[in-house]
Amino acid sequence: MSAYLRRAGIVVWKDVLTERRSKESLNALLFFSVLLLFIFQFALGPERARVETALPGLLWLGFILAGVLGLGRTFLVERENDCWEGLVLTPGDKSAIYLGKLAGNILVMAVVEATLLVLFTVFFGLDLTGVLPRLVVVLALGTLGLATVGTLFGAITAQVRARELLFPVLLLPAQVPVLLGAVSATEIVLAGQPLAEAAQWLKLLAAADVVYLVVGLLTFEFVLEGA
Amino acid sequence: MIQAQRLRKMYGATRVLDDVSLDLAAGQGLTLLGSNGAGKTTLLRILATLLRPTSGALLVAGVDPVREPETARAAIGMVGHGAWVYEDLTALENLRFWAVMGGQAAEPATLRAALEAVDLGASAEQRARTFSAGMKRRLALARVLLGRARLLLLDEPFTGLDRAGRKWLAEFLLGFKSRGGAFVVATHSFDAGLGVGDRVAILSGGRVVLDRPAAELGREDLHRLYDDLALGPGSAP
Repeated sequence: MSAYLRRAGIVVWKDVLTERRSKESLNALLFFSVLLLFIFQFALGPERARVETALPGLLWLGFILAGVLGLGRTFLVERENDCWEGLVLTPGDKSAIYLGKLAGNILVMAVVEATLLVLFTVFFGLDLTGVLPRLVVVLALGTLGLATVGTLFGAITAQVRARELLFPVLLLPAQVPVLLGAVSATEIVLAGQPLAEAAQWLKLLAAADVVYLVVGLLTFEFVLEGA
Repeated sequence: MIQAQRLRKMYGATRVLDDVSLDLAAGQGLTLLGSNGAGKTTLLRILATLLRPTSGALLVAGVDPVREPETARAAIGMVGHGAWVYEDLTALENLRFWAVMGGQAAEPATLRAALEAVDLGASAEQRARTFSAGMKRRLALARVLLGRARLLLLDEPFTGLDRAGRKWLAEFLLGFKSRGGAFVVATHSFDAGLGVGDRVAILSGGRVVLDRPAAELGREDLHRLYDDLALGPGSAP
């Protein structure tokens, strides 16, 4: 394995192990997800047609709000005991750290999204089994877009005093193409149509993912050094 | 190993370092003394490539660290104020993480040997969250042991260490020097600093006000000079 992938891998290992032991982000995000579901349930009432119309938007609202909470905390652990300094001084391409952090975030987001999805089906009495494989494709592309930008902006705002305010202010406008593509593609998939019908939105999602990933990989070193 | 000429560091209008010049050859140790806010940490951070000087010329391990930070960093080992310790990882896991990040082999036997060397062998599987400040400092020193550094930059390394730990660190630094390594130790511990450094420098108000061979300075001399130069004349109790 190349040194680059070894470094990225050890960052994922460290972040997942830290999260598994502390459960700081995951517990808060899962509790937040349940809370969100209760609010949606009260707002929409029992009428099934209303739920089905609003479902794609609600799903992604849940994901992005969980993302705002979770992704903003990505680099806070590096501030403790000046670990950030250590990362700056490690040799080699710093984008490996970004890649590792991104993978760790995607794993956490995947757990939160899976939980939200299960809760949605339980709360609203939905049957998603028929559309699940197609939905997973949309979720994967949307989550990648959310996590690539969230990880980078998490690093940018980690050392800023007003990070809780700055992080969503930076993240949400940058997420417009991802949200647009993800919500529209989810709507098509949940309507039972084939993925081909959502091709233009999936292309938008994929293009946004590639652009954000490349920007993240190329700029992370400057973010790390400049903070 | 270090050639610094007229280094200056400004934060806005505040001058934190002013006209600092230092030379440190391989196989030499420099003890840096100074009161709080004298500029010791800023100087160490500049030498470690974590900060850029506002002006002045600097060579670390033969290269300009501003232009070639990666080359300079390959030669540097650092223990700063923070110990670079992840609280939810065990001592062994912390070492494994930094070893891999540093591009070194992370063989369990090597990691355990480093922990044994700093007397943390029995705590290898304990989470760092349960460690005292002194144990975290030992863990940071174990991380330095694993590296291939030729220049060690240590900020208050004796702080939090017990008598045995201080003795071990002093012996380690002397051994490191004898193998051709160089180090800069910023400390408030006069005795420990005098014991390991070939030279003693005192920083005051961001300037080097004294830079002399340690052999020329006795403990009493150093205390008197420090009181006069770092704290101001007549400050001695």
